[in-house]
Amino acid sequence: MAQPRVQWFKFSSPPNFYDLSGRLIPWFGGLAAILCVAGLYVGFVVAPPDYQQGDSYRIMFIHVPAAWMSMFLYVLMAVYAAIGLIWRVKTAEVMAKAIAPTGALFAFLCLWTGALWGKPTWGTYWVWDARLTSQLILLFLYLGYMALHGAIEDRQRAANASAVLALAGVVNVPIIYFSVVWWNTLHQGASITVTSAPTMETVMFVALMLMTFACWMYAIAVVLWRARLELLERERRAKWVLERMGGKA
Amino acid sequence: MSALLRALMALLRRDLLLAMRRRQDALVVLGFFVVVVSLFPLGVGPDPQLLRSMAPGVLWVSALLATMLSLERLFADDFRDGSLEQLLLTPQPLPLLVLMKILAHWLVTGLPLVLISPLLGMQLNLDGTEIAVLMMALLLGTPILSLVGAIGAGLTLGLRGGGVLISLLILPLYVPALIMGAGAVDAVMYGSSPDAHLSLLAALLIFTLLLAPWAIAAALRIMLD
Amino acid sequence: MSDAAAVPGGALDAPIPQPFPAHCLAVDGLVLERGERLLFNGLTFSLEAGELLQVAGRNGAGKTSLLRVLCGLTRPMEGEMTWNGVPVRRLDDGPGGHLAYLGHHNALKDELSAEENIQSQCRLHGCPQAPEVVFSMLEELGLGGHADLPVKLLSQGQKRRVALARLLLLRRPLWILDEPFAALDVQVIEVLRQALEAHLAARGMIILTTHQAVPVRGTQRTLTLGTGA
Repeated sequence: MAQPRVQWFKFSSPPNFYDLSGRLIPWFGGLAAILCVAGLYVGFVVAPPDYQQGDSYRIMFIHVPAAWMSMFLYVLMAVYAAIGLIWRVKTAEVMAKAIAPTGALFAFLCLWTGALWGKPTWGTYWVWDARLTSQLILLFLYLGYMALHGAIEDRQRAANASAVLALAGVVNVPIIYFSVVWWNTLHQGASITVTSAPTMETVMFVALMLMTFACWMYAIAVVLWRARLELLERERRAKWVLERMGGKA
Repeated sequence: MSALLRALMALLRRDLLLAMRRRQDALVVLGFFVVVVSLFPLGVGPDPQLLRSMAPGVLWVSALLATMLSLERLFADDFRDGSLEQLLLTPQPLPLLVLMKILAHWLVTGLPLVLISPLLGMQLNLDGTEIAVLMMALLLGTPILSLVGAIGAGLTLGLRGGGVLISLLILPLYVPALIMGAGAVDAVMYGSSPDAHLSLLAALLIFTLLLAPWAIAAALRIMLD
Repeated sequence: MSDAAAVPGGALDAPIPQPFPAHCLAVDGLVLERGERLLFNGLTFSLEAGELLQVAGRNGAGKTSLLRVLCGLTRPMEGEMTWNGVPVRRLDDGPGGHLAYLGHHNALKDELSAEENIQSQCRLHGCPQAPEVVFSMLEELGLGGHADLPVKLLSQGQKRRVALARLLLLRRPLWILDEPFAALDVQVIEVLRQALEAHLAARGMIILTTHQAVPVRGTQRTLTLGTGA
């Protein structure tokens, strides 16, 4: 019983986190690059054009992973925020803060690629489609989180306050999502959805999965990297930072 | 228990008394609501049919902005003069105290919006039933706006540019209330029953009532830490 | 009572009728960091009934922060506080049930009268007072004619007296006072000094920060911050 507890705290202590993440980042980064190249190759070269949408559907290989990532990352951010808030684990606080920009980036990518896909498909860059609308609100939630974090000078207070906001947000996300879907069906009847692919060919599925994993690896690498820097800044007076920086200089 | 009840009533009474002595604050919010709604026809043209179809959204968005405007001061005055610290030091549970403050705030800013909404509804060509549903929806919805908004008010205590920041934090969280509230009026307008919307709005109110006070209490403790 | 005219609040010289039961506050290994600065590391002290603790230290040493930690407003990074041997965080009614805090702010509402301010706060703290009691307390503190005026019409010194009246009426065994003597005129300082002595005599406990040396009869101790860092 005591053993795993010790292990967990060992990993979550700032110096261990710093060392371990330093060793892991190149691996995640490398995997991201390989998976991305493979995914793009399968998606753009191997997969056949869609019989209805032609080549424009290929943007789905970025659009859909981005949409997934932005949602997963929000939940993950809230989980880290809760851990930081309740158990006061500094590494978790740092992770929550580090996830936000990446999540916002994916939400933005999803909206952008959605708009680019919408032009040839629907003839307009923006429709008030349920998914696009809830993605837009998700982007606002990310922006609010980052704005609050930035507005509070004291780092501890900033982490705690934005954790409360992230939790309020994550409780609301499903409600927002369902109310937007409901609003959409009431106002537009059966609307077109971005990912209406009832029968997806295996190749397309493979490409999608490759890109999704590429996005995960990218997100992990970037988030860990950002968390490392943040940790260094927060702990810059701590002995472990001085030891490591002294060794390098 | 009775000591707790007495404490809660004392807080409610104090806040209502303060609102009475600073009537202008509440009136400004009401005025803002009326002016914003009245500006819409000037922006989109006087076509009665267009105004009618826009009315639910216009009224709801205006109510939302008016609430937003009033929220900044919900805790700010108490924060400045030290009363909020004392509130945290009372032996009473903070979420309940917070709930009382929001109740007082809603009574002086939210309720007036509900009461004046028929007038504005008529201005925008809504008929009798639609106005009744609008009032019902606002009655259920404005407390949600106050409760959720109070989280933002707590989290931006003492920050520079707090007012603008509250909007960015809280407006996305207002989406469900906006959709269901405006949707209820839309529903009667198109001849269907608003029951589903109103029930969902009521459910959302209960849900918010149960969770928001804890979030607000946590926010206050953090910002006063 | 003979010199009551010269010193408002002379009646406070009389001991408070019911002494408090003997309490004990202990602080063990307190660690607090503010804005990435370590304010104190492993602060330990205890306070018995009838004792006064003066927290000393240069500006920025963390005096106010310490008081806020003791109030339960600020969460220390480490350390434990016990009240009569029970950890404070586990007390049912929190630290607030035992202490009265007077900070930099008077915590008064400008639009309410002195009496309304005190009444509402006493009820909030769970110890309602009859109006006569409030009025007579205000009178003792030399605010007899001002009890019904909105607080915004009072001077700084008078506002401080209202806050002082609240402190006295809350009947809490532990007083935590942040610079209580600052910006007070001589008369009010004397009133406050007597109130402190009466509180100690009634087995109350006081923790305060001050720049002024004010002689208070009773057991006194000094805690100097900022020497370790």
